[in-house]
Amino acid sequence: MSNEKILTSRGDIIRYYTYRIILAGLVIIAVVWIALPFIMTILYALADPAQYYDPHVIIPTSYTLKHVNQLLILGAYQATINSVIVALITIGFSFLIGLPAGYAFARYRFRGKDSLKLFIVALRMFPMMVIAVPLLVLYFKLGLADTLVGIGLAHTSMALPFVILITSSIIAGVRVDYEEAAMVFGLSRIGAFFRVTLPLALPGLTAAAIFTFIMSWNEVFIAAVLSFQNRTLPAFILNLIAGSTDFIKFAGAFIMVIPALIFVFIAGKYLVRMWGITLK
Amino acid sequence: MVDVHLRGIVKKFGHTIALRGIDLDVEDGEFVVLLGPSGCGKTTTLRIIAGLEKPTKGKVIFGNRDVTYLPPRERNISMVFQSYAVWPHMKVYDNIAFPLKIKKVPKEEIDRKVKWAAELLQISDLLDRYPHQLSGGQRQRVAVARAIVVEPQVLLMDEPLSNLDALLRVKMRSELKKLQRRIKVTTIYVTHDQVEAMTMGDRIAVMKDGKIMQIGTPTEIYHKPANMFVAGFIGSPQMNFIDVTVSEEADGLSLVSEDFKIKLPPDIAELVKQYTGKTLVMGIRPEHIYPEGFAPSNVKRTVKISGVVDFVEALGSDTIIHLNTGSRIIVVKASGTYHTNIGEKLNVELGLDKIHIFRKDTEEAIL
Ligand SMILES: Nc1ncnc2c1ncn2[C@@H]1O[C@H](COP(=O)(O)OP(=O)(O)OP(=O)(O)O)[C@@H](O)[C@H]1O
Ligand SMILES: [Mg+2]
Repeated sequence: MSNEKILTSRGDIIRYYTYRIILAGLVIIAVVWIALPFIMTILYALADPAQYYDPHVIIPTSYTLKHVNQLLILGAYQATINSVIVALITIGFSFLIGLPAGYAFARYRFRGKDSLKLFIVALRMFPMMVIAVPLLVLYFKLGLADTLVGIGLAHTSMALPFVILITSSIIAGVRVDYEEAAMVFGLSRIGAFFRVTLPLALPGLTAAAIFTFIMSWNEVFIAAVLSFQNRTLPAFILNLIAGSTDFIKFAGAFIMVIPALIFVFIAGKYLVRMWGITLK
Repeated sequence: MVDVHLRGIVKKFGHTIALRGIDLDVEDGEFVVLLGPSGCGKTTTLRIIAGLEKPTKGKVIFGNRDVTYLPPRERNISMVFQSYAVWPHMKVYDNIAFPLKIKKVPKEEIDRKVKWAAELLQISDLLDRYPHQLSGGQRQRVAVARAIVVEPQVLLMDEPLSNLDALLRVKMRSELKKLQRRIKVTTIYVTHDQVEAMTMGDRIAVMKDGKIMQIGTPTEIYHKPANMFVAGFIGSPQMNFIDVTVSEEADGLSLVSEDFKIKLPPDIAELVKQYTGKTLVMGIRPEHIYPEGFAPSNVKRTVKISGVVDFVEALGSDTIIHLNTGSRIIVVKASGTYHTNIGEKLNVELGLDKIHIFRKDTEEAIL
């Protein structure tokens, strides 16, 4: 072996690099696909109107915060805060109810489990249009109409099936024996959940929370129906920009996107950093 | 500490029956090994003792208290899981310290105990790592360390050394055994390694298909197996099983096989008399068959059998000879210094006092 000639096949090398290049190309396409609309939105939201309407300018060179400021002064600022509050209420309620339900689905065997799961998914098939008006009537009676808690509750009902199913699969992904070991070494089931299962499920649960946040953040129909003064951001923008110029629309989109992006980035960082490792 | 009793434990998982009536009495401070092939119900038994599983039928008793319905944390036990179950979000140190923290042991004492256990299991260098940075064997030792730092009434270990290399395993065996002797904790230890069982257990319970086939000291299990399963499961190479017919001749009873005939001395003849004309199974361990002239001087009664060497495994310390006696192969374990070649004619001597006789139908031992 030692004095034989070792042959490296050119074909192998070419194939290796061809695969690498194709893969890189696909990744670039995917990134552009996702990033381009964001970039366009941001560019046009900040573009000078003169350049925006100039057909010879594709990428504007002079920028202004005028439109964004205008929107903020008109109420987008308060609406953003409302939206964050509603989203947090939604996360709070839907996890308060959804997490124990998800745990039960993941850890216990009981009669009718599968039908119950199906039923939960089926809940999502109700068109919001149909229940919006009766809901508004009910909200008036309960004094929940035009309140953030009211919108949060409506969003919870929308997010809950998702939260239940996703938390159940996240918890099922944390091996039972970690929990059992904790129980053997002196914890109750609840104690074991909080000190072992929950920390291990946290990266997944954080991702689920981000998703819930975005669901609530983007929801416009119920929010618009159930509120008149205390509008969430999408409801507010929907109302305001209908008759506005294009760059005001882009500014609206800009205001919509930025806080969501910030939230996702912060939460995403936390996801990666947790335990300094990606948990299996 | 406490004695442990299982009374008629049956465990069903849906349609599979994992345990079919387990009765086991473990004395205070005793080291009992559950030994058996994969899937025989060892882990299930342990989990029922731990309270992680409720038996379908039967009782678990600690001392004079029925603990069948107590949650694990109220049983004062400790356990090494077969899957280790080392918590991935805690460093090794915290994994070992966690049970003590739960029990509100003072910090200095926790530190002292963790270091002691880490020392014993040779993982002192790893205390600052996360489990995913460890090898399987290292993780397993963390699991053992975690189980021994708490002072439980009952220590349950599910194959705690299965993933260690041979050298470390032998060392850990004796360390664990010494530790158990010192702290006198009632221990139930699962393994499917018979050497581990023989060297560590005060008593061994041999299991098969959810039943205990025999329970006894290592010597009893080895010398007086209660049935063919235990006889075949313990010992390596496996015991030779030979179908024989009991036949009556002018000068007494004989065991007749296709290849040879063994004339029975009166004491053994007495035991098999009632089976005259019937087929029984004779068992003899390879280490109780000697090449002619090599039988130890204390082996008085022997029977000669001849055959042709079919295959030889030279293991260094032993030489395993597969002897073709005509219609079957008999395995003989000779000393490592003994040499023979394939195809050679060989006479061997069977130690008559070491033979076992089983019923063919029930596989129960007669002798
Ligand atoms: N949760 C469960 N659901 C269904 N069947 C189970 C479950 N746990 C164990 N069993 C079955 O019960 C039987 C005994 O399993 P157990 O884990 O006790 O075996 P074991 O003796 O520990 O085997 P091994 O040596 O492979 O660990 C097996 O047939 C197994 O398939
Ligand atoms: Mg097992």
